[in-house]
Amino acid sequence: MSGNLRFVSGELILTNRRLLARVDDGNEAPGSETAWVSWRLDEPAAVRLRLLHTDHGGIGALELHDDLGRLAIWRFTLAQNILALRLVTLFDAHQARRPWRAGADELGTTVDEPALCPSCRAPLPPDSDDCPVCSREVQAVPSTWVLLRLWRFAKPYRKPLAGGFALTLASTAATLVPPYLAIPLMDDILIPFQNGKQIDPMHVLIYLGGLLLAALLAWGLGWARTYLLALVSERIGADLRTATFEHLLQLSLDYFGGKRTGDLMARIGSETDRICVFLSLHALDFATDVLMIVMTAVILFSINPWLAVVTLLPLPFIGWMIHTVRDRLRTGFEKIDRVWSEVTNVLADTIPGIRVVKAFAQEGREAERFRVANQSNLLVNDRLNKTWSLFTPTVSLLTEIGLLVVWAFGIWQVSRNEITVGVLTAFIAYIGRFYGRLDSMSRIVSVTQKAAAGAKRIFDILDHVSNVPEPATPLPLTNPQGRIELNGIGFRYGNRSVIRGLDLEIRPGEMIGLVGHSGSGKSTLVNLICRFYDVTDGAIKVDGIDIRRYGVADYRRHIGLVLQEPFLFFGTIAENIAYGRPDASRQDIVAAARAAHAHEFILRLPQGYDSLVGERGQGLSGGERQRISIARALLIDPRILILDEATSSVDTETEKEIQNALDNLVQGRTTIAIAHRLSTLRKADRLVVMDRGQIAEVGPHDDLIARRGAYWRLHEAQLRQAAADDWSPVSDGVDAPVAAVAAGPSSHSELPA
Amino acid sequence: MSGEPFQLERNAHGRLVLITSGGESHAGVVPIRAFPIAAPQEGLSLVDADGREVAWVDRLDQLAEPLRALIEEELASREFTPEILRIRSVSTYSTPSIWEVDTDRGPTRFVLKGEEDIRRLKDGALWIADSHGIQFVLHNRKALDRRSRRLLERFL
Repeated sequence: MSGNLRFVSGELILTNRRLLARVDDGNEAPGSETAWVSWRLDEPAAVRLRLLHTDHGGIGALELHDDLGRLAIWRFTLAQNILALRLVTLFDAHQARRPWRAGADELGTTVDEPALCPSCRAPLPPDSDDCPVCSREVQAVPSTWVLLRLWRFAKPYRKPLAGGFALTLASTAATLVPPYLAIPLMDDILIPFQNGKQIDPMHVLIYLGGLLLAALLAWGLGWARTYLLALVSERIGADLRTATFEHLLQLSLDYFGGKRTGDLMARIGSETDRICVFLSLHALDFATDVLMIVMTAVILFSINPWLAVVTLLPLPFIGWMIHTVRDRLRTGFEKIDRVWSEVTNVLADTIPGIRVVKAFAQEGREAERFRVANQSNLLVNDRLNKTWSLFTPTVSLLTEIGLLVVWAFGIWQVSRNEITVGVLTAFIAYIGRFYGRLDSMSRIVSVTQKAAAGAKRIFDILDHVSNVPEPATPLPLTNPQGRIELNGIGFRYGNRSVIRGLDLEIRPGEMIGLVGHSGSGKSTLVNLICRFYDVTDGAIKVDGIDIRRYGVADYRRHIGLVLQEPFLFFGTIAENIAYGRPDASRQDIVAAARAAHAHEFILRLPQGYDSLVGERGQGLSGGERQRISIARALLIDPRILILDEATSSVDTETEKEIQNALDNLVQGRTTIAIAHRLSTLRKADRLVVMDRGQIAEVGPHDDLIARRGAYWRLHEAQLRQAAADDWSPVSDGVDAPVAAVAAGPSSHSELPA
Repeated sequence: MSGEPFQLERNAHGRLVLITSGGESHAGVVPIRAFPIAAPQEGLSLVDADGREVAWVDRLDQLAEPLRALIEEELASREFTPEILRIRSVSTYSTPSIWEVDTDRGPTRFVLKGEEDIRRLKDGALWIADSHGIQFVLHNRKALDRRSRRLLERFL
């Protein structure tokens, strides 16, 4: 990157003597050498040099400063970020070891670098070969023949599928018998009768019997085939749905952050259903059609090759037409799918947020948004239907023309006594079916495209690799002590660096209070400790081992999480409390509820612990729901406890009750509590003040107050606000503007969907 | 009665009075089942007039006789969950729908607000809440007559 942010290439080289830099400014002729700039590092004057690393909006910068000012700045894209960070680390490490630097002797003379990943040059976690950076960037390209990938799900049903295919073959053959019987009926019975010969009833009876038998056979075989294949395809669809949902649950939180609920729901629900219908109906019909066409062609050629050629002439023409329309339809259907999920997204946005919509009187706007989405849905459909509606009648027209040609050529051949009237009748009967099949085959185009589009979207999910990968050889985690070390961790969300170079050590059983302005990275830090995301740099260690080396579920089992907005699933209260330990006894559940101060209010509900809660259940207040979620965390008896604003969403009175419940929960566990209200953290052993992704201050309450730093300022501000609250009640959260009171959680609300 | 941690008696107003082993007495206590649906015999709480729990019984059938009879008597007077024996008719198959049923407490009619008010339990029993919050229970669907079962099927 050049100084004015154009893409150019450059190099920055650190040796143990000098720092070298070269940047193409883009104006020079290619191949010409640009000047190298260098700074000596091995002289005492270099002690003043400092290398700073910043980034913003996807562009990083390294700045070289001395005491007087900036000497140079190099910008780079974040693809180089890992290298840049390593450069800074090495620079600092080297400079600290210069002989004239105080304390250099203790550091030893060589700088030891951690092992690097061979492909991306990121430092590998100690004693592990899995590169945490590379594994995250694996992305598979979805293939065009997506539908064939469904074979993975069809494989377990090979035998019934083969049986279904055999039945298809047999039933198709059975349907082709009746036209063939038309030849003798015409030539041996009807035409001789017209010429004055008597009809032999026995003869007729045999032919009619044959017709009936063929019809019955076709009916029976057709039924068996359709039933068998529908059964199989329904199972394939169900497997697909389950597999997709299971995979989805394994994905890390940032996948869900980037997708909208409506879209994901549509994929799992309707797309799998569409694929299922495609397999059971359309694919089956198509296979039957192809079989029928092949069989018919064989029969026609065996009767009369010339007439057969004429009959089959329009076939390639229709094939070509189908092919051209196919491309148009495919893009059209993809567009419809996107527009359709836009429509559902409006619903998924608006309905859970209905309180905000109503509070700000924006019903009209949301209705308009829906109308616009619906309108563009109409528009896209209209455009597609133009092509589509032309398609079917054209196929019909071609069918008629084809018939006409066969009639004409057939009459000519009959007149020359090359074929009998019976043969012509049989041909007409065959191609009636034949073109009829072509017509329905043309319908397969659209459904195949739809199913393929659906399959692509499903495989999009299935191909997505979790950002929080399971280690190849997970270490077991039994009875952890709960010591947490954060070693120089950094985390980047999109192109925004949320946490930078953060170090912290938490003793087993210690309670840490995390405070700081919103956006200072508190919640992100907690998400990283829960391993909802993986750190970009550095490592989080629990009991001295990188958490990326434990099995994900195994690790999380030891973490209790109480969130600001407790989520209750639809089900009974007892089921909700036992969510993390479904085998818990009723005694355990009641004990947990007691400890969480939830027991008595639960008894007040009409069906006690059997009352239904959740989206369609009993309305509970915020404090009540919070206490149920505390009971839930208590029941799994975690070593590490995380309270993410557990008391922010309730009033002060309820907070006291919850606080009592929390005090029970915190005992003897490593606890990390985030809170806006500093009073909530009175029991914390140490407080960590965060500021823009870094730790500003650490220490016990009294020390931090005495230091008169960032914590003291927060504390003072809250004292002032508490005083102000006495005469004018204001919303409590630091980052909750007063206008958003209706948007914020109040103490008596149903869960959002 | 000596083994029990508390004693119960009924006072002149018909209220239950609980006397703890420490000699404290609480008037107007109410027995509440913690798991009325999943395990009616397990977990019973005696709650005073302010909603505070004063005593807890792990299993109802562990209580000695006079105490247990008193509690069951009180429970019987408080709990009202008629069992549906027969569905005579339903006004419509869409909801809300008026059901005419025979129960073990006599024939009645109620309004079903929506299909979601029919709650399936693990053992196959159904709890049906009417528009006023009365809970009807249906223990065994198979024991219903054909017509009732056909009517019920339309709502499940």
